[in-house]
Amino acid sequence: MAVLEIDNLQAKVAEDGGEQILEGVDLDVESGEIHALMGPNGSGKSTLAKVIAGHPAYEVTGGEVRFHIEEDEFEDIEVPADLQTWDLLDLEPNERAALGIFLAFQYPAEIEGVTMVNFLRTALNAKLEEREELFEDEDEEDEAEADEGGDTKEDAAGYDTSPMEGPADEGEVGVAEFQEILQAKMEQLDMDEKFANRYLNAGFSGGEKKQNEVLQAAILEPSVAVLDEIDSGLDIDRLQDVSQGINALRDEQGAGILQITHYQRILDYVEPDHVHVMLDGEIAKSGGAELAETLEDEGYDWVREEVYEAA
Amino acid sequence: MSSDQDHLKETDTEARFEFKKEEKSAFEAEKGLTEETIRVISEDKDEPEWMLERRLRALEQYHEMPMPDDWPGAPDISEVDVDEIVPYIRPDIETRGGVDDWNDLPEEIQDTFDKLGIPEAEKNALSGVGAQYESEIVYQNMQERWEEKGVIFCDMDKAVQEHEEIVEEYFMTKAVPPSDNKFAALHGAIWSGGSFVYVPEDTTVDMPVQAYFRMNSDGMGQFEHTLIIAEEGSEVHYIEGCSAPKYSEFNLHSGGVEVFVKEGAHVQYSTVQNWSKNTYNLNTKRAIAEADATMEWVSGSMGSKATMLYPSTILKGPGATDNHITIAMAGEGQDIDTGAKVYHNAPDTKSTIESKSIAKDGGRTNYRGLVHMANGAEGASTSVECDALMFDNDSTSDTMPYMEIQENEVDVAHEATVGKIGDEDVFYLQSRGLDDDDAKQMIVAGFIEPITEELPIEYAVELNRLIELEMEGSLG
Repeated sequence: MAVLEIDNLQAKVAEDGGEQILEGVDLDVESGEIHALMGPNGSGKSTLAKVIAGHPAYEVTGGEVRFHIEEDEFEDIEVPADLQTWDLLDLEPNERAALGIFLAFQYPAEIEGVTMVNFLRTALNAKLEEREELFEDEDEEDEAEADEGGDTKEDAAGYDTSPMEGPADEGEVGVAEFQEILQAKMEQLDMDEKFANRYLNAGFSGGEKKQNEVLQAAILEPSVAVLDEIDSGLDIDRLQDVSQGINALRDEQGAGILQITHYQRILDYVEPDHVHVMLDGEIAKSGGAELAETLEDEGYDWVREEVYEAA
Repeated sequence: MSSDQDHLKETDTEARFEFKKEEKSAFEAEKGLTEETIRVISEDKDEPEWMLERRLRALEQYHEMPMPDDWPGAPDISEVDVDEIVPYIRPDIETRGGVDDWNDLPEEIQDTFDKLGIPEAEKNALSGVGAQYESEIVYQNMQERWEEKGVIFCDMDKAVQEHEEIVEEYFMTKAVPPSDNKFAALHGAIWSGGSFVYVPEDTTVDMPVQAYFRMNSDGMGQFEHTLIIAEEGSEVHYIEGCSAPKYSEFNLHSGGVEVFVKEGAHVQYSTVQNWSKNTYNLNTKRAIAEADATMEWVSGSMGSKATMLYPSTILKGPGATDNHITIAMAGEGQDIDTGAKVYHNAPDTKSTIESKSIAKDGGRTNYRGLVHMANGAEGASTSVECDALMFDNDSTSDTMPYMEIQENEVDVAHEATVGKIGDEDVFYLQSRGLDDDDAKQMIVAGFIEPITEELPIEYAVELNRLIELEMEGSLG
């Protein structure tokens, strides 16, 4: 069980005189829940996603983002009582990832020369290692160091992973093991095997990139996944594949989902428990799945009017 | 190390030591690079008269030629003082003592060896204790394996003794004459050590020929000469240098490489080199490719204070092909000026140049390339691609492609990209769990992937590790 708790979050573009974008966002996303975040362009949806993940282009000017994890959140580590609540804003992006935050990008970077399989295995191992560091108490740390000393010779003897990447450390996922994980997840998402050896997002179509984002989430097993317009640019077949992948994140891994979207379309396949409307950097209205349908029919103006009237 | 080698080492050291003692005062009285210096080197090596004459002629040319300091944007090499450097060429027991002792190596170099995971025995070899002898063993093994086929692979000094006729014909006569440039002339005068490779007609050497560790304990290896002759229809992949840093008290490395690719032959010359950061790395490397021959240069240039290196190929016969893949990395205080030169002197010749550079912490990289299409080179084509990656706003990268086209019926393409390492790219990888350093390393590893994929795995691994170390700043 995990909860992402956003409290009066305010943020601006990180430069002198940068525009204020988030004006005080309140939102909780819990394991197993699907939240849809809707709103017109420029209302701050993507900024919220990036601030949660720690993008350096934004500066937080107020509020808090906390992340609660219960002791049994991770299979491999028991979370000690004093480390169950984290202030995400104090953490590096990779530390947030290690705690279980995942951001699916609207426009994922293309990295030439780095194969998907190499990248994903490296990312998985980096996350596991970072997670261990975050939760390790001092005694264990000493032990771990002592262990490392003992292992050095064995490691130096040969590569039990790929020689390009050096020997696998204790607890790392090796090449062969990872190939199996990857293959299974790709089959689940109906992705072609050849993707594994292509360069990360390089030359991928829009739809393939989105599918790849969901694949990464499936492999990194986040507690809370923020999906930024994962449905844009997808044809109907791909939309179904991607939706199936998102549902699996929730149903099989128990992830909480914050789905940013413009359209009702994806919500036909991924049914939200909560729908939020963002206007001018704030959550202006929240409701159930029916709210999305109303928005689809009537647009956002009525929400705006409602908010201004109330004010 | 076996007892045989120990024996070898002792006697050799002793011989030099004694020779040194006798000659010391007379020799040290000489200042600068003089005829006498050259005579001593040649005598020391028991060279034939013609080699001495070539050295002396090169020396004359060296004194006549100007420094290459009037090129636009050329690295500042005014500090290079040959007068200071040359007296060290002679075996010098104090220098030798310094280099032989692992603990006397600068800490950054020791650190690098440790981080590369180089075992103790190799550390000793690298620090100079056994390099020459280790190399001899490699040469010996190769010789046994290929000698039936007539392949020769040996030390260049030995080649002068044992394969004199071949060396006399090719050595700095056709590909790199001393008149080429001031440092080629310097090299011609004081060259020492290096590798000699001869592959007879229609012979394929199906494993890479490697001169792996080549640091000489006597410090002469900084002017090494490599001569590769691939006869008609033969094929060989030669890999030079080790990727571990070469430590030197000298601040000048001026090597020479000559490659002869005969009709239909195929030579790949690969090198991954990392020089200490006080080194001026000024080399001349040239291949001559006959009809339907293929020459491939793959090189990674790391380290050094300033590098000027432009491997070049003369496409002399119709249908000859030349490919260059180069990578350069410059950090703080480094100016890496490198590229390629190709002369299309015959019809239907083809060339590709792919240059990648990485600049960080105020370093400078420059691609300087020349493609010459001679009148009569109909149907020739070339494609030049340079990509530069910069880490910060203090670093610079320039591209200086020169195209001399004297023929109409040719196909010329040039493309250059310069990019700063993207914040979005780094953030993307960070959001997946990689820390800032690992994210940048992964992007750089991807950037140089076209080069690492051309290299045997152990070189690719070491190149990647070296770049990781450079990026951590641990190499100083």
